[in-house]
Amino acid sequence: MTEEQIIKNLPYQDPFLFVDQILEVDENHIKGTYTLKHDEYFYKGHFKEKPITPGVILTEIMAQIGLVCLGIFILDEQINENPIKVAMSSTAIDFYKPVLPGDKVIVKSKKEYFRFNKLKCKVEMFNGEGNLVAKGLIAGMTG
Amino acid sequence: MTKEELLSKLKTIIEPYVQNQEGLKQISEATNFIDDLEINSANLVDIILDVEDEFGIEIDNDGMDKMLTVKASIEVIQDKLATK
Repeated sequence: MTEEQIIKNLPYQDPFLFVDQILEVDENHIKGTYTLKHDEYFYKGHFKEKPITPGVILTEIMAQIGLVCLGIFILDEQINENPIKVAMSSTAIDFYKPVLPGDKVIVKSKKEYFRFNKLKCKVEMFNGEGNLVAKGLIAGMTG
Repeated sequence: MTKEELLSKLKTIIEPYVQNQEGLKQISEATNFIDDLEINSANLVDIILDVEDEFGIEIDNDGMDKMLTVKASIEVIQDKLATK
């Protein structure tokens, strides 16, 4: 499956699609990017007159690239439902730097295991300067 | 390994994932992981992986599907240990 096909197979759409590009992918890891738009809906409220990307959204970006995109690549032709059904089952993320409107983030994810429809990954997020923004463990289920 | 030893090891494995502590106190062969202990399906996978490590066995999809109660889990583990 190509990088473009992975994105096409994602079960999200605007305003909750947080994947622009997949840079690298194989069975064990994935790397992708997303650029936060200046008019993302959540900046209106987080925070009053001081837009900063919420941690839950950073977690979501990490999950969409690091877990769902990787999961779609691994499952490939085994995906028999469109859109694929996914659910996040656990997260443990530490945050290091704020992400502002217009910032580009790069997500790198390494598979810990994929067993019985559960994918667990070590996921890191970097900003455009290459600084660590967030890292942690995310797991999700499919099917 | 006796059934009691096996049950004791299994109890240690499932303990961190249990939401209903009352259910854990009353654990028996009939205990259902999801209904009685309120373990979610993602943590059921973790239990299977921990069981594999603890007993040095590999659980396949059939085994996983069966392992919903203490009794069924003990049977699957004993079965895998016997053919190891």
